[in-house]
Amino acid sequence: MILNNQKIVVVHVLRAWNIARRYMVTNGFDGALTMLGMLTGFYASGMTDLYVAITACLGAATALFISGVSSAYLSEKAEREQELRELEQALVVDLRDSDYGQASRYLPIFVALVNGLSPLLLSLFILSPLYLAKLGYSFLFSPFINAIILGLICIFLFGVFLGKIGNTFWLWSGLRTLIIAIATVAIILFLERFI
Amino acid sequence: MSKTLRLVLDVLKPHQPNALDFSSVLANLGADYRVKLTVTEVDKNTENTMITIEGADIQFDEIKEAIEKMGASVHSIDEVEVCGTELTSN
Repeated sequence: MILNNQKIVVVHVLRAWNIARRYMVTNGFDGALTMLGMLTGFYASGMTDLYVAITACLGAATALFISGVSSAYLSEKAEREQELRELEQALVVDLRDSDYGQASRYLPIFVALVNGLSPLLLSLFILSPLYLAKLGYSFLFSPFINAIILGLICIFLFGVFLGKIGNTFWLWSGLRTLIIAIATVAIILFLERFI
Repeated sequence: MSKTLRLVLDVLKPHQPNALDFSSVLANLGADYRVKLTVTEVDKNTENTMITIEGADIQFDEIKEAIEKMGASVHSIDEVEVCGTELTSN
């Protein structure tokens, strides 16, 4: 009976996975572009203080995490409860103790964590050249340039992932998202001239 | 003490789990259970099904609990085959 229950739980998790994957891409993209924008701004302003840059970017990443978790949890919980209510009306039973009832309680948490952790982990990864520079490691380019390059690579890989999901050619899909990221950097550098 | 050999249940179930997973869960409740599920009606959220379960000693309470756990409900017991212990000892 335990194996049967696990199988039914997997069915519900797989249903939520499609939603979670969509949230992961959307918010992950948000996180990567936000970091890219901030790092480009720091670089264009000529700032070299790594502590200020890391703190500011961490603040933004934390805000994205909390925003991602709370917004996804609230919206997913409302959707699941609505779905449960509709099903209860159709079946004329109380589903609170059923697998559906349990899924309506724990799946919003799963989706919310995916939505929140996606931008946070990606931001931490993109900021890693700054941490390493603060620890004393030196690289070919400035830590800001390295972090920007890492951000562009992450966004390109997001595009490749989206291409795999949508069954389109991975290179075009990756280049599409890369162009969006490069355009963002270009606009920021252009606007910096007017400040 | 009687033993239930066959049950035909009218069950209303949600679309998930699908008919195969649903009947597999019921079949796994007993070592010799044979389950036949027929979908009779489908609407937006639910499916009407007729479930036939055969075995040497069917435990209805366990089956009902499993059905409700999966979010379905037993509307009626439409057919029953039960035998007494004197018959099975022969």
